[in-house]
Amino acid sequence: MNSGVAVLEIRDLTIDFGGLKALNSLNMEVYEGEIVSVIGPNGAGKTTLFNAISAMVPVTSGDIVFEGSSLLGLDPNQVTARGLARTFQNVRLFTNMTILENVMVAQHCRTRQGAIGALLNTRGFRSEEDQIRAQGEKVLGFFGSRLVGFRLNQPASVLSYANRRRLEIARAMATQPKLLLLDEPVAGMNPVESAELTRLIGRLRDEWDFTIVFIEHDMSVVRDVSDRVVVLNHGELLTEGDYADVSVDPRVIEAYLGQDTIIEDATAS
Amino acid sequence: MTATEMRPGTAPEPELAPPRRALDQNWRRLVRMGAVAALVEVFIALSGMPVRLDERPVIVSILSLGYVFIGAIPIVVGNRIGRQVRREGVPIHKAGGYELLAGTLAGAIAGAGLSVLVALLTHFDIREPLVNWSPQLLELLSFNRGTVFGVLIWLGIGAVGGFIGGGLRLLPARLRRTLLTMATTVVLISILEQLVADLVSGVRLESVADWFYGRRGGLTHSGAGVIAAIAGVASFFGRGRLKAARAHVQSLEGPARTRATSLMILLTAAVLIVVPMLVGSLTNELLANVGLFVLLALGLNIVVGLAGILDLGYVAFFAVGSYTAAVLTAATSPRINPEFPWFVALIFVVIVTGLVGLFIGAPVIRMRGDYLAIVTLGFGEIIRLLFLSDWLSGWFGGAQGITAIGGVEIFGITTVDGTNPRGVFYLVLVFCAIAIYVSWRLERSRLGRAWMAVREDETVAEAMGINTVNVKLLAFVVGAVLGSFSGAIFANKVGSVFPSSFLILVSMVILVVVIFGGMGSIVGVIAGAALLIGVLGGPKQPGLLAEFSEFKLLIYGALLVWMMLARPEGLIPSARRTRELHQEEFLQDAWLRGEVDTDDGDGNESEATERP
Repeated sequence: MNSGVAVLEIRDLTIDFGGLKALNSLNMEVYEGEIVSVIGPNGAGKTTLFNAISAMVPVTSGDIVFEGSSLLGLDPNQVTARGLARTFQNVRLFTNMTILENVMVAQHCRTRQGAIGALLNTRGFRSEEDQIRAQGEKVLGFFGSRLVGFRLNQPASVLSYANRRRLEIARAMATQPKLLLLDEPVAGMNPVESAELTRLIGRLRDEWDFTIVFIEHDMSVVRDVSDRVVVLNHGELLTEGDYADVSVDPRVIEAYLGQDTIIEDATAS
Repeated sequence: MTATEMRPGTAPEPELAPPRRALDQNWRRLVRMGAVAALVEVFIALSGMPVRLDERPVIVSILSLGYVFIGAIPIVVGNRIGRQVRREGVPIHKAGGYELLAGTLAGAIAGAGLSVLVALLTHFDIREPLVNWSPQLLELLSFNRGTVFGVLIWLGIGAVGGFIGGGLRLLPARLRRTLLTMATTVVLISILEQLVADLVSGVRLESVADWFYGRRGGLTHSGAGVIAAIAGVASFFGRGRLKAARAHVQSLEGPARTRATSLMILLTAAVLIVVPMLVGSLTNELLANVGLFVLLALGLNIVVGLAGILDLGYVAFFAVGSYTAAVLTAATSPRINPEFPWFVALIFVVIVTGLVGLFIGAPVIRMRGDYLAIVTLGFGEIIRLLFLSDWLSGWFGGAQGITAIGGVEIFGITTVDGTNPRGVFYLVLVFCAIAIYVSWRLERSRLGRAWMAVREDETVAEAMGINTVNVKLLAFVVGAVLGSFSGAIFANKVGSVFPSSFLILVSMVILVVVIFGGMGSIVGVIAGAALLIGVLGGPKQPGLLAEFSEFKLLIYGALLVWMMLARPEGLIPSARRTRELHQEEFLQDAWLRGEVDTDDGDGNESEATERP
């Protein structure tokens, strides 16, 4: 699956929140075309890792290298412009904008037209607007009947919980990234929906050529779709490898302590 | 309050609260509302409003605006007391005697406030702290017929007012609406006297105006009768027509909708072009002032309404625009006086204000929420103090300001200045049109979407690739430039600029206009400016009700509070804003229309089709 080219390299990454080490000299790589899942008990630093990559928390030491150049010192919008997009654990849509506007606004860093073009209604402006709209509809189209049709001009607030999660992924896709960071994409979904989304994650890689890193607690999703599993504990890398190896690793089971049944269930089924 | 509590006289359903308790509650509510109304009455009386407004007759020798104010309160309270909280599943009893009784009592309590005031006014003199504790007030309240009459008459007026208010509930809706329309139209036509009389005279019907309005203001008896009759007939038979027409226009789609919209715009433009030709200079002056504030409000609307940056120092850009235009066009400007033609100066105005916007915006924009608001407030004052300072008085004349600023020369044809308010209005109109176009185009562009995203969730907007600092700065600068247009016209209209024209109060008034009209809504902002500035007046500009000028700020405040409680989205809100503030209702409506999706239903359906 992976081409052997590291898209993302995390080197000795430490994030210090006033004495609390959320991440402690973490090292990991993500290779092109891979689907990597990040697991670990609560407070292991998974979301902090995502926040650090997307420049939303300051890095204490270490380096984050994306496609050969460091992301340190960039603003979140510059990171996104480089080709990294994320979703949020607690869905954060622009709920009062329409569904289409949500995916249109996400193309901001891929488009150019400014105030002057809009005021003069130039040809460049109009063609870019059409392009943005078409791209938005294409991204939404990926989710099939769920997000397209009469709903496109409805505000995002009418969407059901599961569809909000889908729209958030669509919005991240609209930024035209190389690497997608999905923070618990199936949290709160029912088994049917989460199975469907798991398949979609696979298709995102196969059809859209995204490299994907996702945080997940649902072990069946992790098992079904990830090429590699990275386990974090107390801000440190516990282990990484195939799901089959990781899930029976005694250290992982110990880290989950009390939650080990989840893993056993998943293995059994 | 449930239906049974409302009507202690009838036998309630047994499972509901015992009637004895309900009666207690009703009494308590009645006394409370009456007492609040009484306090409001006394407060208004002591604010000096009635005495001042007594000079403004509504109907000659019968009713003055002062009495309208204090007389309306018992009616309102009498009406409110009978209001029932509608609860699903609880039957609403038919309005009846209870409403009348409760209304009368509450109204009487409200009136009693004034009765007590009359008694106190007669026996004590505390004019020292309370300026309006005056013989004139006593005279007004007692109708010049002694204390006893004053005490009794207010009890009576309160009771009758409350009775009328309660009685309104018993009338069929159609009749009620007709009566209310008649009353409001008469008051409105009387308030708009200057405008209406001017307009009627403009179309050479002075005799009609003379017949409508008394010589010293106010409607004549026959005039009031005719107006009430016309309004009544129109309301009774035209009920719902307007609403239906609006709904029809809104239901149009595609080219038909575009045609309807352009027709509306053309009509409005035609009216705005024709009306100033018909009215005199006083009304044109008023229209020009309203226009200047529309321009300011449209500029602020981009900053506050679209990008969600709460700018409390917006007056800074008005000031910078004014001073730049003044310095560049006036011959008397202290340091540099190139005496540019106004339109040349305007180019510099745009550049200078843009730069000042960048300069102020760059540090400010990195802050959020309250911090940002406070800092903009500070910058608004700093700019004014700079113009006032001795340090820069060599440039801007300090407290003396810059005077003898020439008018706006338009291609050598005519010069527009303060002596030609009609010209000023047309000039303002052109710039308002520009501002409207700019707001309208930008809202529907890539930039407008970015502003919306920033307003909704700045952190996420940033993470989705929007350079929030840049787009916010751009909103700040666009708003600043629109405000500076207003400033540049203002300087050449008034002919002089002083630091005292740019008090923080101006910022507040513009903000109130935007909030009152409806944030983010172009039509709303224009309506807000027309109503507030046109009727009540701007910070220094008189409105149609010049008598109100002392109480302008009090009324602004009261209106704002009421607006926030009753209609936080503003007078004519943008659809988006309404959704934001009434999300629950909106979702409920959408659900009823079947537009809200549920997880189970269609989730499983599409699951089935997708399954291999």
